[in-house]
Amino acid sequence: MRLELIKRGNPSKTFSIFSPFIALLLTFVTGAIMFMLLGKNPITGLYTYFIEPLIDPWTREQILVKATPLILIAVGLAVCFRSSNWNIGAEGQYIIGGMFGAIIPVYFNEWDSPLVLPLVMMMGMIGGALYAYIPAILKSKFGTNEILTSLMLVYVAQQIVDWLVRGPWRNPAGMGFPGTKDFNESAILPSFYEFGDAHYGSVFALIAVILAWFFLSKTIKGFEINIIGETPRAAKFAGFDVKKMTIFAFLISGALAGLAGIAEVSGSVEKLDDKLSLGYGFTAIIVAFLGRLNPLGILAAGLILALTYIGGEGAQISLGISDRATRVFQGLLLFFVLACDTLIHYRFRWVKTVDNISGTKSGEGT
Amino acid sequence: MLSKNKNNNSTKIPLLEVRDLTKVFGTLKANDKINLKIEKGEIHALLGENGAGKSTLVKMLYGSLQPTSGKIFWKAEPVSMLSPFQARATGVGMVFQHFSLFESLTVADNIVLSLGPEYSVEQVARDAEKLSADYGLPLKADSIIGDLSVGERQRVEIVRCLLQNPQLIILDEPTSVLTPQEADNLFVTLKRLRNEGRSILYISHRLDEVQKLCDKATILRNGKWISECIPKKETAASLATMMVGEDIADIKRTNSKSKKQRDVLLSVNDANLEQDNPFAVELKNIHLEIRSGEIVGIAGVAGNGQNELFSLLSGEATTPKNAISIRGKQVGNLDVNERRQLGAAFVPEERLGHGAVPNAALTQNMILTRHQSDKVAFKKYGAIGYIWQEMVTKATKRVCDIMDVRKAGEDPVAGSLSGGNLQKFIMGRELDRQPSVFVVNQPTWGVDAGAAQRIRQTMIDLAKSGSAVLVISQDLDEILEMSDRIVVMHEGTLIEAGPAHSITREHIGLLMGGMGQQTSTTDTANKGATNAS
Amino acid sequence: MFGFSLDVWISIIISVCAASTPLLLAATGELIVERSGVLNLGVEGMMIMGAVAGFSAAQLSGSPYVGALIAVFAGAIFSLLFGFLTLTLVANQVATGLALTILGLGLSGMIGEGFVGQPGIKMLPIEIPLLSDIPIIGKILFGQDIIFYTSILLVFAVGWFLFKTKAGLQLRSVGDNHTSAHALGINVIKTRYLAVMFGGACAGLAGAHLSLVYVPQWVEGMTAGRGWIALALVVFSSWRPMRLLVGAYLFGAVTIAQFHVQALGIGIPAQFLTSLPYIATIIVLVIIARNRRMTMINTPASLGKSFVPDR
Repeated sequence: MRLELIKRGNPSKTFSIFSPFIALLLTFVTGAIMFMLLGKNPITGLYTYFIEPLIDPWTREQILVKATPLILIAVGLAVCFRSSNWNIGAEGQYIIGGMFGAIIPVYFNEWDSPLVLPLVMMMGMIGGALYAYIPAILKSKFGTNEILTSLMLVYVAQQIVDWLVRGPWRNPAGMGFPGTKDFNESAILPSFYEFGDAHYGSVFALIAVILAWFFLSKTIKGFEINIIGETPRAAKFAGFDVKKMTIFAFLISGALAGLAGIAEVSGSVEKLDDKLSLGYGFTAIIVAFLGRLNPLGILAAGLILALTYIGGEGAQISLGISDRATRVFQGLLLFFVLACDTLIHYRFRWVKTVDNISGTKSGEGT
Repeated sequence: MLSKNKNNNSTKIPLLEVRDLTKVFGTLKANDKINLKIEKGEIHALLGENGAGKSTLVKMLYGSLQPTSGKIFWKAEPVSMLSPFQARATGVGMVFQHFSLFESLTVADNIVLSLGPEYSVEQVARDAEKLSADYGLPLKADSIIGDLSVGERQRVEIVRCLLQNPQLIILDEPTSVLTPQEADNLFVTLKRLRNEGRSILYISHRLDEVQKLCDKATILRNGKWISECIPKKETAASLATMMVGEDIADIKRTNSKSKKQRDVLLSVNDANLEQDNPFAVELKNIHLEIRSGEIVGIAGVAGNGQNELFSLLSGEATTPKNAISIRGKQVGNLDVNERRQLGAAFVPEERLGHGAVPNAALTQNMILTRHQSDKVAFKKYGAIGYIWQEMVTKATKRVCDIMDVRKAGEDPVAGSLSGGNLQKFIMGRELDRQPSVFVVNQPTWGVDAGAAQRIRQTMIDLAKSGSAVLVISQDLDEILEMSDRIVVMHEGTLIEAGPAHSITREHIGLLMGGMGQQTSTTDTANKGATNAS
Repeated sequence: MFGFSLDVWISIIISVCAASTPLLLAATGELIVERSGVLNLGVEGMMIMGAVAGFSAAQLSGSPYVGALIAVFAGAIFSLLFGFLTLTLVANQVATGLALTILGLGLSGMIGEGFVGQPGIKMLPIEIPLLSDIPIIGKILFGQDIIFYTSILLVFAVGWFLFKTKAGLQLRSVGDNHTSAHALGINVIKTRYLAVMFGGACAGLAGAHLSLVYVPQWVEGMTAGRGWIALALVVFSSWRPMRLLVGAYLFGAVTIAQFHVQALGIGIPAQFLTSLPYIATIIVLVIIARNRRMTMINTPASLGKSFVPDR
């Protein structure tokens, strides 16, 4: 027996909608098996991971906080991935965005003005965009592989921020802990209500989703992005400039990652410290694919991935399951998403190994 | 009956026999109960137009496809060709139409890959050079394939096939990449192979070749067996009727009057194109002028710079400003959309992935080349560039109706259309704009006869309405049939051949082979060697 | 030179070897994978799986050699996940490679949780009799651990395999043009599965070198981007094994130089020195990419493209 793929004439509409759900289901099943292997009750495990966080209003708010950077970054990545620009260094752009945004609060800590917050956000976006510009220009000018350069820059970004918060930017009154002074009130992204954790970064994420959805699906620029990713030669024939697109996609994606970074710094931590790099830039890759590179899908996928983070924390406390299980869940989910996407363009069929020519018996499966 | 044959007369046993061979792809019956009988020492033609199922049939004989049902007999014994290795071991050799060669490997590497484990590269290199010299197909074993011309690549394929000492040699459209003179040389080789007692299955859709060369012919149409005949006893017309099944409308054209006084719409003045890619052809001193109402045909063997010329004209590759003019305006530095906005339209050779996006719907493929030239009709809200879907859908429907594009569903992806229908769509998309300059590369390549005729007619009508048309084609018959004037492309240069009515096939053939110029005498084998070093 | 004695120089060179060995091993594996036309970006993930599998097997069995063997198997089996998705299900190779890395980092963290902070069992050098007594080079070439010897032998073996054997020719042909290879009857999918598994096995052994020789401990995320540097090395080598050897040792030297400069305390921030190998990678990638012609001739033409035979 052998698994064969048969190309569909037209992509299956059914599976392009359902494949993320099939992937989720497969992840649940694998997760249940994993819980059993760890000696936990699979039902309790899945419940703690995926249902419990939705019941408590406090954890719901935490989901929103976690989902915000994931969605912002993933929307940018969707623009990149659709145009075949493999920016996997969003983590670095996120870090540098946070760092750039911190420049004003660090050097002009006393400045109190309604201008400060918009400027801080702008600086974050500029920082992320500039950092993304490096792999973009190297790719379009020299043809350097952007996967490797953007990733290498993540490690460099981590070191830069580490140096700043331990060296020149360290708060002298910080008891020797790495980190800048707390931001002035006017540089802090406000929460929705007093003492709440959910801040206005979520609104940015929502706006980004809506704008990206409109541009990707309704305008010529979105068309250009898709065509360049799909068939570069036809894109050139259409008069689209592949190199300009590389720059464009990286700038957009870098700016959104930078915004995510500064929103996290200014909205959640309220200062720049050495714990900014939590891997959101990598998790956002999963979010982007789970959302089928569609902004609306990414909105849902970002919330689901945020759920696994919060559920993982809950499972660690109540069941004693390592929080590393969360990353395993996320990795598995991406695998299943990629596997299920095959169904959109192909049918599967089991074929018995051929032993005579007159009768190639074949049964059709899913 | 089989056993009787076997006992009675060994010479009467066919070398290869095929009975009721059927191959189904999904819902498409590519081969439907095909019968074929090839005797020892005969050249047997497999005749049929594009899409008739010839390639599917030979792939099954060569083991690279498995039949859905039916039987294959080799010397009256039932066999199953499970893989090309097995087919070669049985005695079947194959020369592919789209060569199955590896660009970055040497000639010897390429040959040794198809032979058994007992051969070494060094030994194969010696054998190949000796054999190629014997048959008058000179080759150097250490040349890199990427540096060879199309004709030389075919030699590699043939030598590779012969080294396996096959009893049956299958050649898939071998002359489609050759000049008429090269084709004649090939025929000499093939006749010699027949006289050595080998059999040849010769796949073609060219009637004159089949009549000149083949002892027998099997004719396929739409995946079905039509008949077996002796080509020399048939007329070209009767063969054509069997092959196509219906009379194809002749192209209607009015006799061209003198076009000297008309405006030059497209001109190229000393354009050169250098290449990054080591395997691409460089263009040298290109001069060309096409006037209103004129059809100019560019003949040439594939791989002599036709694709490069196309991208030079379309603006996918740019030159100094004054090198190219469209309707009197210098456009060398303009991109493809700016040239379209001046009234030019382009149809590239490659349909899927160049002229159209396979996974995109037809309406999206409509926008592909017309988002700038038709921006008023197709887009709204200025810089935002909102796509006016309703208008695009309307235009798509109009083009599909006019060109009779047959498709499944309202707006299917381009990749799901057959080659002929997709080409009609692409041609229609461009002609819908009434372009005044029209450049097309291989307009009917891989298209069935009916669609091909329709496509040619639209170009002739376009020229009649006053546009300038440039047709780049490998199909010499097409060039001769359509053009007012013929230019030949050879190794990146253009050679003026003259008005179509005063020119012979042989003359064009010589030019295609590079014999027309005093400066370049082509010893192609040496060229391969110098390029490789 | 720089006031170092000969013995110090020898120990520096040996530490360069130790830093280069995992890069060389992982890159050698990936070179074969890419020569077959497959781009597996999951090297980092396979490497860390090898590191954790090797470390835990060594702890449980008490033998670093058992650990290394298990690491090889772990890498190969983990790579099969990638193989199944990209070769059987024709999933996007870039995305699947990333998924493999993400999963590997998570899974290794979970498996290794109980081993954090445990002192590891270091694989000791095996001194080859007589040869290791040769002054200076004896210690360097013949006084090291078995994974080092393997890495050097493997580069030469891979060079010989690719350019001197028929199987190597077949592998290259699959990477050059899978459609033609299929037409000739070469089993494209099977060739690629084997190549991917070889790449996984090499990455696994590279990981084992980190957790059994170089560090030797289990630290979460201890590969620290070495898998990605290995990928960059393959590009740097333009898919030729001997250039890979040179490249891996250049990178090893940069890594070790950075430690020694830090130790000298010249006042350059440590973080800058830590980023040096990554910055060096970027610079090298730029220099290589500028030579278009060489890259074009050597790049396997079907690299990263999925293959579905028509049946």
